[in-house]
Amino acid sequence: MALNKWSSVGNMRERQSAVLPQTLLGRFRLWLINFMNWRRVRGIARSLRGRPLVILVPILWFSIFFLLPFLFVLKISFAESLLAQPPFSALLHWSSDGILQLRLNVGNFLMLLEDSLYFSALINSIKVAAISAFLTLFIGYPMALGISRVQSSWRLVLLMLVILPFWTSFLIRVYAWIGLLKNNGLLNNLLLWIGIIDKPLPLLHSDFALYIGIVYSYLPFMVLPLYATLVKLDQSLLEAAEDLGCRPLSAFWRVTFPLSLPGVIAGSLLVFIPAVGEFVIPDLLGGPDSLMIGKILWTEFFNNRDWPVASAIAVLMLLLLVVPMMLFQRIQDRPDNHGNGLRNEL
Amino acid sequence: MAGGEKKGYEPWQDVNANPLVRIEGVSKTYGEICAVDDLSLDIYPGEFFSLLGSSGCGKTTLLRILAGFEQPTKGRIYIDDMDITTVPPYDRPVNMMFQSYALFPHMNVEANIGFGLRQEKLPRAEIRERVADALKLVKMEAFSRRKPDQLSGGQRQRVALARALVKRPKILLLDEPLGALDKKLREHTQFELVNIQEKLGITFIMVTHDQEEAMTMSTRMAVMNDGVIVQLGTPPYIYEYPATRFIAEFVGAANVLEGRVMGFFEDALSVYSEEYDCELLIHHPKPMDMGASVAVALRPEKVLITEKPVNVASAANTLSGIVAEIAYLGDISIYHIRTSGGKLIQVQLTNRNRMENPGPTWEQKVYLTWHSTSGVVLET
Repeated sequence: MALNKWSSVGNMRERQSAVLPQTLLGRFRLWLINFMNWRRVRGIARSLRGRPLVILVPILWFSIFFLLPFLFVLKISFAESLLAQPPFSALLHWSSDGILQLRLNVGNFLMLLEDSLYFSALINSIKVAAISAFLTLFIGYPMALGISRVQSSWRLVLLMLVILPFWTSFLIRVYAWIGLLKNNGLLNNLLLWIGIIDKPLPLLHSDFALYIGIVYSYLPFMVLPLYATLVKLDQSLLEAAEDLGCRPLSAFWRVTFPLSLPGVIAGSLLVFIPAVGEFVIPDLLGGPDSLMIGKILWTEFFNNRDWPVASAIAVLMLLLLVVPMMLFQRIQDRPDNHGNGLRNEL
Repeated sequence: MAGGEKKGYEPWQDVNANPLVRIEGVSKTYGEICAVDDLSLDIYPGEFFSLLGSSGCGKTTLLRILAGFEQPTKGRIYIDDMDITTVPPYDRPVNMMFQSYALFPHMNVEANIGFGLRQEKLPRAEIRERVADALKLVKMEAFSRRKPDQLSGGQRQRVALARALVKRPKILLLDEPLGALDKKLREHTQFELVNIQEKLGITFIMVTHDQEEAMTMSTRMAVMNDGVIVQLGTPPYIYEYPATRFIAEFVGAANVLEGRVMGFFEDALSVYSEEYDCELLIHHPKPMDMGASVAVALRPEKVLITEKPVNVASAANTLSGIVAEIAYLGDISIYHIRTSGGKLIQVQLTNRNRMENPGPTWEQKVYLTWHSTSGVVLET
């Protein structure tokens, strides 16, 4: 029945548009009917197992590219360093009397705890990352607020300008800062020429250069999530605050800022997490005494060829970053749960 | 100003009465577009004043100027004889209830209502007391701990009202306060709003596009179009004496019959309408020139529809025609009658009887009559 209906409609069309070859149109119609049937079959299949399939993709992705490598690293962190290929011992091996032995070497972790070098490097990394996150927030918030308040035609242009640096390689941009900050670099030459200083300032290889590098590189990661939350903010909320007696500044602190907290947290994490493990910027711009865990990791891997210790550092760093974040997420979820509980109650 | 005084409370009739709000020659232009055009208006204390108009007529702009969110391009605004034209919103004795309610999503109901009081740095005990009073006023005591997203539309509307009232403003501005509610709730809330207004004696200024809403609630209303007030008056006055064709058709429904003045006797105007082939006799106080073209508004409910010709002394104010359309609305039916001239005329019939006497049916010949006080001569 349905097919007849379709073909009659098709015939009518054919008669109307005689220019098109009949056979082609007929074939197209058949193909369309087949396609629609096929779609329906696929739709049923999807309704049966769509959800697991959708979840499967990210699970596979994370398993292959995140969980599996991490398990390798975890395995190596419990091995012993060897002068061999690969440079670490196996965890499992058969002894001569047929017993499968598991040898876990916790010495790597013990060494990390005993040698204060690693601990102070970790503390220093966290300090640098936290200060950098705060600085990017301080600089990025006014930028994001400004972009979210201008005319929509300007927003795109300004957002492009924020993203524009990404079009150049990260490494090249960090090298460019060397050119700007070194003793006979642009900045020092300019200051000498103006006459503010009479000998070059040691800008490069200092904490100052380190922070400039990190803040400069990670600023877009702060601006974009902040912009995304601020642009969604209902302007009538600010008008309501003003109507209820708030001056613009207190309206900002009582309405705009609390409502932008998700963006503040997202941006801060996006800056803080990679900054903790940052290697390139402290290596190229930072001073010799700016110990960061990423740099130590690199040294253990490539200079000392001590893969087990390097892996232990990586594992420990991951745990120290992931555990607080999971706790944080749980706290974040709590008001929502509370709300649901309340809704169920009433 | 309390409820009892409301009947007969007409300060606009009193030359000595002092207006609470004086709008003097206010204009607001956005580039080429003129949203409010040289508008002057006095609003008296205790009024429930409505600004009625379709979207883009400038009513919301005027309300936002009163709230302080927009600066008028020209003109002054006085509240209690104080010029507040340049006073920022946070220093005005005015609060607004927003169309979207604009409740703070990160605060619960109590915190939302107390927001303005905390901003005033009032003692904590007083804030608690006043918030509790406001919650009671809008009957939301049970929901004080909820967040706005856990409330229904009607509940949010109440919270928004309480939040604006708790500051005890001289004037409460309401931007389409019932726009987001469904019909039944809207009707219920209309009466509640009026009750609250009478209880508190605060002057309400409301913006609405819904003429029914404006009519039920306001003491006076101003019908706006293209940035100017086309007519100002009490709801019954505007309904019964619409000044222009626009108002006659915007506030309620109206048949507009065009014709020429044929004569004037004592206080009645005789008009002949060619398009309806009908002589009209209209009660009108002022004489008009012979032959002048006029438009006459005739409300559908003021026309009597009968199946047999009615015996009247003269042929004036009678028409006959064929039923073209019937819209049955339950309480009333609306008939579209095609007159001999081919023109349609809208007539309303109250469905007083049940099915045994259903009234005229399609294509039936019917006769229409009305009184000389039914029609209104419109300004052209």
